[in-house]
Amino acid sequence: MMKRFRLNQQEIVFAVFALLFLVFSIFLNGFLTAENMLTLLQNVAVLGILGLAMAIVVIGRGIDISLIAALAVPPGLVLQMVQNGHSLPFSLLTAVLLTIAFGLVNGWLIAYAEVPSLFATLATGLLLAGLGQAALFQLDVVQWSAGMNGFERLGQGTILGIPTSIVMFAIACIVVAILLRQTRWGAYIYAIGDNPYAARVTGIPSRPIIVLQYVIAALIGCFAGLVMAASVNSMPTRVFNSTLIYDVILVVVLGGIGLSGGRGGVLNVIIGTLLIGTMLNGMTIMDMSYAGQNLIKGVVLLLAVITDSFLNPRNEETAQQGDI
Amino acid sequence: MRDTITRLRYRYWPDHLLGEILSKRWTETAIPVILLLIVGFAFSRSIDNFLSPASLADTARQAGEIGFIALGLALVVIVGGIDLSVGSIFALTDFCALYLLDVAGWSVPAVVLATLLCGALLGAVNGILVGYLRLRAFITTLITLIIYRSAYDLLIQRYSNAIASAFPDIPSWDFIGAGSVLGIPTVALAYIVIAVFGHIFMTRLRPGWHITAIGGSRRSAYNSGIPVRRTIALCYVASGALTSIGALFFASRLGTVGGDIGVGLEVIVLTATVLGGITLGGGKGSVAKSAVGVLIVLLITNGLTTMNARGGVNRMALAGILLVAAMVDIRWQKNRTRIISKVYVAPTYHELPPPPPTEIGQGGPFEQNDKLRDVEAIGLGRIEAPEDVILDRHDNLYAGSRHGDIMRFLAPDYQKMEVFAHIGGQPLGMAFDREDNLYVCIGGMGLYRITPGGTVEKATDETNRSMRSVNDDSRLRLADDLDITDDGLIFFSEATVRYEMDEWPVDGLEARGNGRIICYDTKTGTTRTELRGLKFPNGICVASDGQSILFAETFGCSIKRYWFAGPKKGQVEVVMDNLPGYPDNINLASDGNYWLALVGMRSPSLDLAWKMPGFRRRMAKRVPVDEWLFPNINTGCVVKFNEQGKIVESFWDLHGENHPMITSMREHRGYLYLGGILNNRIGRYKLDNADPNFVQYDKRWGKQS
Repeated sequence: MMKRFRLNQQEIVFAVFALLFLVFSIFLNGFLTAENMLTLLQNVAVLGILGLAMAIVVIGRGIDISLIAALAVPPGLVLQMVQNGHSLPFSLLTAVLLTIAFGLVNGWLIAYAEVPSLFATLATGLLLAGLGQAALFQLDVVQWSAGMNGFERLGQGTILGIPTSIVMFAIACIVVAILLRQTRWGAYIYAIGDNPYAARVTGIPSRPIIVLQYVIAALIGCFAGLVMAASVNSMPTRVFNSTLIYDVILVVVLGGIGLSGGRGGVLNVIIGTLLIGTMLNGMTIMDMSYAGQNLIKGVVLLLAVITDSFLNPRNEETAQQGDI
Repeated sequence: MRDTITRLRYRYWPDHLLGEILSKRWTETAIPVILLLIVGFAFSRSIDNFLSPASLADTARQAGEIGFIALGLALVVIVGGIDLSVGSIFALTDFCALYLLDVAGWSVPAVVLATLLCGALLGAVNGILVGYLRLRAFITTLITLIIYRSAYDLLIQRYSNAIASAFPDIPSWDFIGAGSVLGIPTVALAYIVIAVFGHIFMTRLRPGWHITAIGGSRRSAYNSGIPVRRTIALCYVASGALTSIGALFFASRLGTVGGDIGVGLEVIVLTATVLGGITLGGGKGSVAKSAVGVLIVLLITNGLTTMNARGGVNRMALAGILLVAAMVDIRWQKNRTRIISKVYVAPTYHELPPPPPTEIGQGGPFEQNDKLRDVEAIGLGRIEAPEDVILDRHDNLYAGSRHGDIMRFLAPDYQKMEVFAHIGGQPLGMAFDREDNLYVCIGGMGLYRITPGGTVEKATDETNRSMRSVNDDSRLRLADDLDITDDGLIFFSEATVRYEMDEWPVDGLEARGNGRIICYDTKTGTTRTELRGLKFPNGICVASDGQSILFAETFGCSIKRYWFAGPKKGQVEVVMDNLPGYPDNINLASDGNYWLALVGMRSPSLDLAWKMPGFRRRMAKRVPVDEWLFPNINTGCVVKFNEQGKIVESFWDLHGENHPMITSMREHRGYLYLGGILNNRIGRYKLDNADPNFVQYDKRWGKQS
């Protein structure tokens, strides 16, 4: 019964996407052009990669609000360090180490200090963004420098005729799909998301796995940031102040990964990404103001969350008291 | 020498206070207050004019505005939710007030009302979603945050110029923003009024209790009939309305609708709330905590701004504090009871000389014998835990039971057993008054009176609170035994003020004078404490002179006399000390002497441990409770002693079959009736050479019908 229902949801979301795409193609001038499709896919790629990171955490019954900080700060650090004369590999290594440390802090706070995930990542995100603002970057937009040459191929150009950023998204999809479906760790993540107490009692190392989730999420976030920086040749660190994180949540929730955990997979992220990407692209072409777009996104997200709460009701037995 | 130092150290150093202070609810507020003082002190030393009146007034205005929002958030957090949309509601209601005043030209009262209504409506959206549709509070209010914020952005795109170009000159509006009464800014005054009301609301009024109950356990609240969904929804409405009050003052003070108004406000307010000690997840929190949290956060952010820190530093500081506070709060909530139970037990030095011998062949008054071997058992297997036994003038036998009943065995053969009265707590000592009312000490409840018809009435359950005690000692925790004087004064013992009844062995481990003797006056109905600092006072008996009582200190292993009247009034005198066992109840014997039950005999190990407080403290901290030392109550005896404190006779059950442990005994018509708190029977022992017509109350107060 339940399974039948969730399949329906995926189908519905996909149908909505197809319908929206059709409507935009017919009624919006300049929507169904090769150039626009390329922009759409490129914009969607970063969002999709972030959606994968969020999906891992949400499947494990958590949420990671600090993804945008992981997207903005470590890649920004790479650009800044190269600008300051360090070599690219050394800068990349530093950024990756920073990202891992950040993921470890997140995971430790949530798994060991038992701070609710929403709350912990809200604060750590601010902390990392504040660190970048206060100590790492000289300007809000970190510029590309000569030392970075060659690296822009991560986000620009094509491989076998497909835009590179899409290829990156595809690679990320495959890696995450293998992690979730083929490895023991992936099975553990689903188990923890389904019922954390049962998982713990079964002997699954819940806490290390939760830490792992956040480290992987932060690394994927950093990867998304590198792709983004490569495709626009700079790192606008003020992206942290934007509402990008809500788009990511939107992707995950609309795609059908229940916020109560234990459900969904990579396919859901792809479907969600397509829908949101189309929607955002259409609104941009319609020349809707930024605030207006946010308003619509907010309402859609709200409807999605309400629907989610009906389709995947919280299990009163395993939902924690004070689970905010 | 070492013993002396140990003794002095434990006599004068109040170890027990730490646990008592930590178990107080107000310690959770005390920590943020101390933090506030430290922060205030640090900044006042490092920044000039930090505490000048002008700076303080400025801080007070900001604190008032943010304080209102924090009050709303506190309410929502206490009910078990969270409201992230406050920043956006703040911005929208700020816009609402300025638009209505500057563009629409409404009057000030109308603007105030409309703004409040606007805030309440915006909050109501959250309330319906979270309360009635039961969405997750965090994600839902995060979404409304975006929606409200984009609505605000859209509105100011159209109207910001109109608002910016208007300069309303309305005195009442300016008074709201910049006025002050007696040097106190209006906003601070308004905040104080609402905070005081909020405090009364949360602590004294029914809806406030409902809110705390829902936060504590939503399901229990639902099961006890509290309208959970409506209450939650109303909390969000209140949060919106309170936010709009803050916005009103902000609007009247600055009168601007900038793009960044209210951005990140939710993090500031949330930090303040958590820092003040309001528990995430609900159930705990107060207005005072919210106010303290706001002050700390404001001092820190203002201090950093004054010191010209970069924006990122401010952000980091706030996030860092928020994380640390949340972590400390969560860990503390989780481990609080464990930490308190570890430090609560505070053993002290207690030295006793070697006990007199009891072994056969050693001689002495306590020499063991087998007199109780042939005790006849009454109610065997039918009664549980008769701590005390008593007989009325008609020879019926009464005893308490573990199930909270007073059982009555009917004379003459004591075969028929009936429930005389049901009380609900464990009955301990019992005594009849002149009118044949039965007074009973109930562990955990207090002193109760049962009329001859079987009606249960409360006599007293509280006494005067002593000023020097940290624990609230006005309630009776463990009323133990009692006796009634000829003038109708009831003296009863309270064994300990630090532990509950089931924890009495822990009090023995502590060996501190935690007990007291309390007097209840049946004529005036007043209760007052007579003696304090006694080591587990237990049995009480009015002495033959009618001017003093004899009382037993169980872990003091002594019997003392306290004069409540006559020339020696108020004095305490030792009658017997260094008993070989732990004395329990005392009662009159027919020959004018006194019966005394020894509930258990001392053992060398506990005697030694009593001289080693550090050892017992380590034990209490490191060893699980069921492996702690336990005072021996497996073997005891009954002794008879005279007015001078000489033991006349002793009665033992050498085989430990019938009555190994005895907590009480009563002589009646030539028999001795024996009770024991761990026994399943009442003993009846035929006394040689005893007055066959002795009835305790007939003898004291004359025969009645």
